Amino acid sequence: MKIYVSFDFNITRNVILKEQLDKLGVSFVINNAKEITINDTLTPEQELKLKTSLQKYGVTIIDNQTTEIVQRIKDTINEMLEDEDAKLIKVSSYLADKLNYSYAYLSNLFSENTYTSIENFVILKKVDYAKELIANTDLTLTEISYKLNYSSVAHLSAQFKKTTGLTPSGFQKIIKKRKTFNANN
Amino acid sequence: MSLNILNVFLADDDEDDRWLFEQALSQLKIKTSLALFKNGKEIMDYLKQVEHIPHIIFLDLNMPIKNGMECLLELRKDPNLKKIPVAIYSTSSSEEDIENTFINGANIYINKPNSFAALKEVVDKVLQLNWQYHTSNLSRDNYLFRI
Repeated sequence: MKIYVSFDFNITRNVILKEQLDKLGVSFVINNAKEITINDTLTPEQELKLKTSLQKYGVTIIDNQTTEIVQRIKDTINEMLEDEDAKLIKVSSYLADKLNYSYAYLSNLFSENTYTSIENFVILKKVDYAKELIANTDLTLTEISYKLNYSSVAHLSAQFKKTTGLTPSGFQKIIKKRKTFNANN
Repeated sequence: MSLNILNVFLADDDEDDRWLFEQALSQLKIKTSLALFKNGKEIMDYLKQVEHIPHIIFLDLNMPIKNGMECLLELRKDPNLKKIPVAIYSTSSSEEDIENTFINGANIYINKPNSFAALKEVVDKVLQLNWQYHTSNLSRDNYLFRI
């Protein structure tokens, strides 16, 4: 016979975390999907125990809080670029609002840990998104510039050229030829 | 700073160019470890038996024994090596050469700069870009830059 299952991942996650944290006998609050506040300091032994016990559920404790925040900044930038309602909001306000830290703090932390600035990362990410749309969809440059919130096709093309060294049409031509080349080899 | 070290390989038959590249790399903020090769055969032989593949390979186009384009084609056919980002590093600025390297799977095309300051700037830019591709959710298929 077969049985069919369905999960409520929120419940699954909370039960796993609660069981394992209860074992340590510490008091805690699960803040959200990615953050738990523990009301004591864990001893290195407790920390190791928690790490090991969570590992078998595929849960990783991220050691470095900085790395985690950098990752959340990147994730939030991705969300923002895909969020139609965020078009008129500045990146700085969006990040500060979503992550609940001042933009100055986020901006410094990002620059110190990624070799680039949030502003440059946003441009790189937007251009990467534009590349994706040029390579894999039939959208026109006008539609892409609207989607990515550029004021005009000229603005998109200029930023694309400045960032990649290629024009959007030059890029498209190369990708097409590369696909043909790969298909024949 | 909690940044890892970027593992960089360079194949270039010109001794001076190798030396300059090494100097440029050592003066950058980004932490790297560099392995140098004198031609395409050396680097390919090494790559086939290496345990940790590099984060990026810089290839000169014109090299004796095995040139950069031959290396690139071999890399892209090898299941273990095909994902390594490749930067072509050449004096040629012929549009045809540039287009062909991209079609054959290069990620970055660099015109060899003619001053040390410019070289540092270019290498820095490439490594920063590569770092973003290494650590962020960016599309590998569209990893294409001309610098």
